[in-house]
Amino acid sequence: MAADTSRSVAKAADGETTLAARGPSRTTAKNAGSPRGGLRRALATHWYAWTMAAPVVLVLGVIVGWPLVRGIYLSLTNANERNVARTIGVRHIDATYEFVGLDNYTEVLGDPVFWQRLVWTVVWTVACVSLTFVLGLTLATMLNRQFRGRAAYRMALILPWAVPGFVSVFAWRFLFNRDNGILNKVLDGGGISAIPWLDDPTWAKLSVIAVNVWLGIPFMMVALLGGLQSIPGELYEAAEMDGAGPWQRFRHITLPGLRAVSMTVILLSTIWTFNMFPVIFLLTRGGPGDSTEILVTQAFREAFIASPRDFAGSATWGVLILGLLMIFALVYRRSLRKQGEVW
Amino acid sequence: MRRGIAATALVATLALAATACGGDTKDDGGQKAGGELSGTVTWWDTSNDAEKASFQKIAEAFTAKHPKVTVKYVNVPYGDAQNKVKNAFSSGADAPDVIRADVGWVADFASLGYLDEVPADTAKKIDTEFLPQAAASGRFEGKTYAVPQVIDTLGLFYNKKMLADAGVQPPKTLEELKAAATAIKAKTGKTGLYLRGDDSYWFLPFIYGEGGDLVDAKTKTVTVDNAAGVKGFKAARDLVTSGAAVTNATDGWTNMQTAFKSGEVAMMINGPWAVADSYAGDQFKDKSNLGVAPVPAGSAKAGAPQGGHDLAVYAGSKNTAAAHAFVEYMTSQEVQVQSAKDLSLLPTRTAAYEQPDVKSSEMVQFFKPAVDKAVERAWIPENGSLFEPLKVEYTKAVTGASTPEDAAKAAGTEFRKILKGWK
Repeated sequence: MAADTSRSVAKAADGETTLAARGPSRTTAKNAGSPRGGLRRALATHWYAWTMAAPVVLVLGVIVGWPLVRGIYLSLTNANERNVARTIGVRHIDATYEFVGLDNYTEVLGDPVFWQRLVWTVVWTVACVSLTFVLGLTLATMLNRQFRGRAAYRMALILPWAVPGFVSVFAWRFLFNRDNGILNKVLDGGGISAIPWLDDPTWAKLSVIAVNVWLGIPFMMVALLGGLQSIPGELYEAAEMDGAGPWQRFRHITLPGLRAVSMTVILLSTIWTFNMFPVIFLLTRGGPGDSTEILVTQAFREAFIASPRDFAGSATWGVLILGLLMIFALVYRRSLRKQGEVW
Repeated sequence: MRRGIAATALVATLALAATACGGDTKDDGGQKAGGELSGTVTWWDTSNDAEKASFQKIAEAFTAKHPKVTVKYVNVPYGDAQNKVKNAFSSGADAPDVIRADVGWVADFASLGYLDEVPADTAKKIDTEFLPQAAASGRFEGKTYAVPQVIDTLGLFYNKKMLADAGVQPPKTLEELKAAATAIKAKTGKTGLYLRGDDSYWFLPFIYGEGGDLVDAKTKTVTVDNAAGVKGFKAARDLVTSGAAVTNATDGWTNMQTAFKSGEVAMMINGPWAVADSYAGDQFKDKSNLGVAPVPAGSAKAGAPQGGHDLAVYAGSKNTAAAHAFVEYMTSQEVQVQSAKDLSLLPTRTAAYEQPDVKSSEMVQFFKPAVDKAVERAWIPENGSLFEPLKVEYTKAVTGASTPEDAAKAAGTEFRKILKGWK
């Protein structure tokens, strides 16, 4: 629908002749010969579509476009808490920050901290997404058959999704507590000495991944379950008739059948995990030390921990994160297209 | 009596309802023609769970003096407070009129133009009637922006019974601390010390103990990574590796208090603000079981940081007259004596120490000399923000993720990023 509209608008813009045939004849006669008339006629013709789209365009412009442009602009300045405009009661202080070009980018990219964070962010994303996908697919396959109490199992497995994220993370934090947490109490009962879940860099990394996987599985499972149910049962019957084993059926029917769904959920999940602020921040605050800090939590640190708050530096991190994700999405799309997937 | 209170409250509510519309919008809001204060004062308090009920009661009692003023008490957890206050102050929306600021934040907020100067007569009183080192924390570039509410420092809290069972005296040095911890482990099976690994404020005694400091503001030099600084990191790390202390990289406050109150550890380093909470624990049902000693000395001396909290008024408050009056009340002698009695917090007014309730408090008796000797911190705007990078490196050092040398060096590098142009 949207594509249709825009195509006809584009056509409208490029010439009178095409439009003359399409538009109502009355307006065509009046405005023939002037390019401005073409635009007006296009608006007149498609006024309804324009009106319907306007609120969306406006809202997106205000809540996405403007902050984005502003963020990119800030990343090219030296704005911080001391020199931005602010109003304190009746007193207004004007902004005094300056344009500094790409200085912030050279500074961030020249700092080993950025690259350390990037490496861990990639490891974290790949680990989380692949584990979530594999476990989600396993559970979806198990649930995609008739058995007693199926609804109950589905409910139980979707539960982590229904609990607000920060609540789950805090619950996990209590479980992980080394001195008083349930996990270590259980281990202690089994004669295993306490594990420093959040106190040791390696364990802390495993812990945050575990929590994120736990939180991410319901989404994967539901999406893949939907995909599984859209695969026609006859394919399996036919394959079984031809003597294909369970693994062969999974490999040659299920996986290709899930392709469209899984490509989408992997892309979404990757973007979410890459920017998964709450799990890391609430569980470990990036610690112990800075070992679980990912790019977004580091950007938060840049903006809100140091004083004066470095808005320009934080914007720079934000723009870099956005850039990385856009590159990823482009490459991903291209590789899909090569495989014949239209996206 | 009870009816009297109810009647007063009713009158106050009616009066407030009658004046509410005017009070909020006028620039001189809060100051009525007759000089009587009115309106609402919102106070953001950062005191901990054990303290907050007491402070809320004290704050709300302000209406007994100024019936037309409503005090809106809000408790903001200390850990998030600096950020929340900054967000509120910079946007102006729903900003509190009065905040309880850690002494390390005052210069920061003042340098950003967020704080209203203390009225001249109050400032004069701060110069003459308050402890000089407490007063210093409220000043920035020659002007006074905050009134000291409480002052504190760190000490070594110990479980008298556990130490007696192990046959050891409260340790005076780190060597003695390790020996005591060994004896405690042998006799009772418990650990000697809980060392907070997730907050760098608790690290300061170790760096001071070796004769170091975070920065030297006079010469604009970062000193955390000098030889003394490295020794400080080593001393803290050594306590953990030798088994004398246990530590955590997360939830340190809760774990420390739980372990100490339940007798899992015999000692901890903490300040007067932990006294009320400690008394609530099983081990200290008998209050006399809680002992306090100076922090153990390192190779150079025993040193603990001067801390505390100041009350300050937001420069954008619509009700500055009432807000300043509230601050004056909250830092008055009666209120300070009250919080010394209820919560063992140390007054900032010199004369308060003459009051019987304060004199008789064992904790005050211990902490007052300790505060007098405490190391005064550099009251620079960046003071508060040094603790975050220091925390990262300190945690790495005590948990063994990094060597003391690397941790000190990395902390120095981060400090120089914050303190632009410092050596």
